[in-house]
Amino acid sequence: MNGEAVAAPQKRMPIFTRSVKGKFRRFKWGMLVLAYAVYFLLPWLPWAREGGPSQPILFDIPGRRFYVFDLVMYPQDVLWLAMLLFIAAVFLFFVTGLVGRAFCGYYCFQTLWTDFFIWIESKIQGERPARIRLHKQPWNAEKALKLGATHVAWLLLSFWTAFTFVVYYAPADQLLREFFIGTAPPAAYMTAGILTLATYLAAGFMREQICAFVCPYGRFQSVMYAPQTLAVHYDVRRGEGEKGRLVPRQGLKTLEERHAQGHGDCVDCGYCVQVCPAGIDIRDGLQYRCISCGLCIDACNQIMDSAGFPRGLIRYDSEENLARPVPAKPHVELRNFRVIGYGIALALMIGFLVYNIATHQPLAVVVNQVRQPLYTTLANGDVRDAYHIRITNSSRRDEVYAISAQGLPVGALQLAFHEVPIKTGRSVEVYAWVRLGPQQAAEISRFHFVVTPRSEPDKAWTGVARFFSAAGEADGDNE
Amino acid sequence: MSQNPSQQSQQAVQTTGHVWDGDLQEFNNPLPTWWVYTFFATIIFAIGYWLIYPAWPIGNTYTRGFDTITYVDKAGQKVTSHWNTRALLMEDMNKATAFQKPFFDKVMATPYEQIAKDPELENFVMATGHSLFENNCASCHQTGGQGLVGHYPNLTDDDWLYGGHYAQIAYTITDGRHGYMPTFGEVLEPAQIDDLANYVASLSGIPADPAKVAAGKHLFHSDTAGCFYCHGEQATGRHVIGAPNLTDQIWLWADVPAHRTAQGKIEAIRKVIYNGVNKGVMPAWGDRLSPVDIKVLTFYVHNLGGGQ
Repeated sequence: MNGEAVAAPQKRMPIFTRSVKGKFRRFKWGMLVLAYAVYFLLPWLPWAREGGPSQPILFDIPGRRFYVFDLVMYPQDVLWLAMLLFIAAVFLFFVTGLVGRAFCGYYCFQTLWTDFFIWIESKIQGERPARIRLHKQPWNAEKALKLGATHVAWLLLSFWTAFTFVVYYAPADQLLREFFIGTAPPAAYMTAGILTLATYLAAGFMREQICAFVCPYGRFQSVMYAPQTLAVHYDVRRGEGEKGRLVPRQGLKTLEERHAQGHGDCVDCGYCVQVCPAGIDIRDGLQYRCISCGLCIDACNQIMDSAGFPRGLIRYDSEENLARPVPAKPHVELRNFRVIGYGIALALMIGFLVYNIATHQPLAVVVNQVRQPLYTTLANGDVRDAYHIRITNSSRRDEVYAISAQGLPVGALQLAFHEVPIKTGRSVEVYAWVRLGPQQAAEISRFHFVVTPRSEPDKAWTGVARFFSAAGEADGDNE
Repeated sequence: MSQNPSQQSQQAVQTTGHVWDGDLQEFNNPLPTWWVYTFFATIIFAIGYWLIYPAWPIGNTYTRGFDTITYVDKAGQKVTSHWNTRALLMEDMNKATAFQKPFFDKVMATPYEQIAKDPELENFVMATGHSLFENNCASCHQTGGQGLVGHYPNLTDDDWLYGGHYAQIAYTITDGRHGYMPTFGEVLEPAQIDDLANYVASLSGIPADPAKVAAGKHLFHSDTAGCFYCHGEQATGRHVIGAPNLTDQIWLWADVPAHRTAQGKIEAIRKVIYNGVNKGVMPAWGDRLSPVDIKVLTFYVHNLGGGQ
């Protein structure tokens, strides 16, 4: 293995970002604190629940029960998940159409965790120049100590991130105990291990490569941009002037002097490049690697302030506005065909989901006809069909269900239980038989089962059932 | 790839240094480093695996590994052996048995009538009963207990050869049954058998020749044929010896339902009288199933629809 191979993939150049202060940085910290508070603390919040775990959100996979605050979902409610995913997707499109990749810049977990990893890195190793120096210097005690401490901190955060994910699927306090004495389910260890590794690698090493090469959202969000969409832009005309950007030197310090000599407002300090977590130069124009986090705006504004130039050389603006001879004040443009379309789809789907959850049946009933045998002839010639009625109590309290039938003669329905008490979230199978005389059996081929919750008679479930008998069979018997 | 090798070689691709025929070279494209290290890691993993688990065959034995597993065998003895999946299965089975025990204890302690009133216990018994039935009974009585005309009785109807009360069903399962009817082909004249067949058919409302019915009725209650010994004066059968009720619509041995004409139905009955029945054998399950299994099965069969 000597020499250089031509096709070797390019090694990632580490990006050492400089820290910056400003309103976007504050907003990003705010989002991070909010997201971390929700994600890390929610499983530990007590939540009183009748007949269920005392945890606000718990996805009980073996029990097939999904607790989200006061809502208990069952596998048959998977349609809600589909609706939620649709809403999330359309909301993403909607926001992207208005203000670009806001999700990527402020809320994506890749961005949040990378941001926090960089913060840890800077707290331990120092500001950008110190980190670059450390990276370049040969290995010694200082480098080993600082890098080691950074990686230990990253691993701890990664592990707690992974463990927190796992406790959304198992009772938190119980799993915490079991996890560290070694009796938790293997799936918990595997999930925690894989996610620890994934978090550590994605936020510690791959960082902007995830956004550029792995994540599909980042790439297809670009097709949702309209000319009116706000995005992080560098005002090229203002920054470059006629003769391009130039560092301020004697005679080029004030705007008047610069404009008189044909130079733009950009003092080419490179601060916007140094703060960029994606490692790009925003002055090259809108590009796919930009996650629109706004840190370059903060950086540029800081420089503009200190130079006494007006702010907003890098700003949220639209392509359309920047192309105008005199750009107007940038604003969120709602009057856009696609944005309106996304908005309508969003509103409709949210309305549908809310309606669907609000009118949710407090019970789920499945009637299975016994098909072995399809019907039984009794001693006196009557015909009897058997049914299994599975009733699931999906309401939030214990309930008594009454079972009856419509479209049958009096006395035809025999039940193991006419009324059955079912605890919340549990199912009970009730055996039912329908017995008809030969004449009736020939006439009746369908009827209805009715299952009525005692405390909510208006929410009764009605379902059609079939009655089979020899009379219904095709003539084809051999003699 | 589409470039020819000599062109590529000019682009400073690393070669092994071997050259044949002047221009034929061997490229050296090493595997990615991470791939190579992953490969080494799997080798190290494999060595650890050999040490812990059974691995290498040696003659008629094998390396057993250092890991051990302890389980309770069928005799109740604690056994410690090298790690193996058979022991793991035993461990799992013991766990499952221990988990089910409280439920079965409750079934054992609860009278049949009480089980029928407790929805959760009833559901447990029916679910357990279903798998027991499918494993042990369905090969004859069919998956739904509907039996097979001419061979195995239907358990879903309301007619019982040996009685449909819990105790009678439990007795049938525990000790088995052997139904028997003598062959009348040797004893009676064909005409007499025909008369009897007509009479038996008429009991179930099948149109029959009145003259033959009258003759058959006389024969049925006479000592010549002696049908009433077992089937009773009213021909309603006797549970004690499993003699079927001949007055209802249920047929086990004579395949009456398969025939559409009265003549065919009577012929089916005639065959049974002529040949007799000596295959009504239900094996005894008392030695093969545990008492709680029999109790569960009894409840299940009772609840198939025909229980009394």
